[in-house]
Amino acid sequence: MSDGKGRSTASRIVRSRLSLRDLITEAISGMLARPGRTMLTILGTVLGVVALVATLGLTKTSGNQIVTRIDELQATSVSVSNRSEGGFFGPRRGISVIPWDAGDRLIRLNGVVAAGTLTRVDTAGALVSSVPVNDPLGQSEFAMDVLAVSHGLFDVVLADLTTGRFFDVGHSQRHDPVAVLGSGAAARLNVSRVEQQPAIFVGDTTLAVIGIVGEVSREPALLNSVIIPDGTARAVFNTEAPAEVHIRTELGAAQLIGQQAALALAPNNPEQLRVSVPPALGAVQSDVQEELDSQFLILGGIALLVGAIGIANVTLVSVLERVGEIGLRRAAGARRRHIAAQFLAESAAMGFVGGILGASLGVLVIVGVSAQRQWTPVLDLYVPLLAIPGGTLIGLIAGLYPSWRASRLEPVDALRAGT
Amino acid sequence: MNSVVELEGVSRTFPGSPPVEAVKSVDLTVVAGDYMTIVGPSGSGKSTLLHILGCLDRPTTGIYRLLGLDTGSLSDGLRTSLRGSEVGFVFQAFHLLPYRSVIENVMTGLIYNRTPRRLRRQRAGEALERVGLGHRIDFTPPQLSGGERQRVAIARAIAARPTLLLCDEPTGNLDSNTTESILDLFDELRTDGLTLVIITHEELVSRRAERRIEMVDGALIERAAS
Repeated sequence: MSDGKGRSTASRIVRSRLSLRDLITEAISGMLARPGRTMLTILGTVLGVVALVATLGLTKTSGNQIVTRIDELQATSVSVSNRSEGGFFGPRRGISVIPWDAGDRLIRLNGVVAAGTLTRVDTAGALVSSVPVNDPLGQSEFAMDVLAVSHGLFDVVLADLTTGRFFDVGHSQRHDPVAVLGSGAAARLNVSRVEQQPAIFVGDTTLAVIGIVGEVSREPALLNSVIIPDGTARAVFNTEAPAEVHIRTELGAAQLIGQQAALALAPNNPEQLRVSVPPALGAVQSDVQEELDSQFLILGGIALLVGAIGIANVTLVSVLERVGEIGLRRAAGARRRHIAAQFLAESAAMGFVGGILGASLGVLVIVGVSAQRQWTPVLDLYVPLLAIPGGTLIGLIAGLYPSWRASRLEPVDALRAGT
Repeated sequence: MNSVVELEGVSRTFPGSPPVEAVKSVDLTVVAGDYMTIVGPSGSGKSTLLHILGCLDRPTTGIYRLLGLDTGSLSDGLRTSLRGSEVGFVFQAFHLLPYRSVIENVMTGLIYNRTPRRLRRQRAGEALERVGLGHRIDFTPPQLSGGERQRVAIARAIAARPTLLLCDEPTGNLDSNTTESILDLFDELRTDGLTLVIITHEELVSRRAERRIEMVDGALIERAAS
């Protein structure tokens, strides 16, 4: 009925709307209506996000520790030895092609920090003893390795003196009968002070002890040995040639030095030398780390998926429970899209809260594990920050189907069913 | 006089085998300020008629004009908007949100029809005062008696200041004393200028109305008020 006041035109109708602020208010109220259930619903998302954040953080953290602590030592070690030539009747000792001045030759290479030779001296089974004390009960002669080293080797193995001094080039050139004892050897020989340069005996040879080595970072055999200058070994024990060369390189230079060392030591026949270099470090480590990473990421992804299904499930149940509310809201002027938006916002809000809790707990896990292992926690800032929109997105996706179902309800059916 | 509701040959048939014709070719006019009850046995089509009046359902055939607007020509969204601003509903089952306070429940009637946010609490408070529950605004529905809950539902229905108030068995869950007080409230609302259409099967309720319409098998018979 047109009464001349424009009543019959549809433009007079006040269009329904749901402001963003109202939407958020309604979603939060809906979420807080049953806090216990909401927390349980969120739990799945929280666990998934914790798994992802903690995984990313811990692999990063532990990866950093490996690089800074253990691997630096390994990654800078190169050693060269003679390729033993196997004869028909078994291994035959070849003629060493390593020169006595191997350390001096190698130190000239760019990237070498220290280099030195290490040779086991053939003492023909001679036992080692300190100044003879006739103690009928105690053993005073020991079978002990005698190692000839060039002075550079102490640098290579980062040898740490307990007392006394190392021998130097002069001792070697003069063939001085001096020795440095490893801490183990010193204890067995009852040598603890070297101010008087106590004498020890290798068979019939007398050596003056000038120092005791307490610690080495590699070649721990040194600690149980009598260490003598290579010049002395050559003159006194007729040692023919060095057996091994050990090199400490700059970090990252090991591969290159490995290629150059054989040529520098034996330009005429480098193929007779066997060079051991650490495996290409980056490759191995990133392989291991990627494998770990991807396994945990898959686990975290599964947890997140389960969390999303949990949210979807509970939202669907709550849609069915709240049919009456949906009917009432529709009667009060809510359009289908308003109903859909409300349930979508509720599930997104649950995902959002799940993301925040998960990111926080994940960071706590990283810090906790790091504290326990005495690591420095390392975490890319974007990981926890991304976890929050990530959780929200998961809630949003989980809410798609339930909210669509809610919006398809006919108001009449909803009001009738929701008693 | 302004017609609030005009039905011309309105029928509503539910598909099925056989199809059920719940409302049969009904003609009805409700003018502003009317106080009307529709009585009839269950299954007579009362609720279906009320749903059509409230734009919750649409007629299969016939024309329904609400406030002069042909609702058949309106989109789903516009009919939703129309009922949101012009029609208030009171249901037998109350349909209150159990976890929200009384005043928040009343405010849900104001969310969707562009009532400014700052006015909502005030209007909801006024509506609650109007139904005599101004002292219960921070209670939750489970803490209220049945009569009080229905008053909250009525407050929610009138808070948006609709033209037409539709009530579907509003006293169906209430005892007779409470029913009387709710009916007194309807009388007052009517005096305020609200147009009331009430579905009931209770003689007590229909006796208070000016216009009494009986519904039998989907058809209407108007009887003079006793």
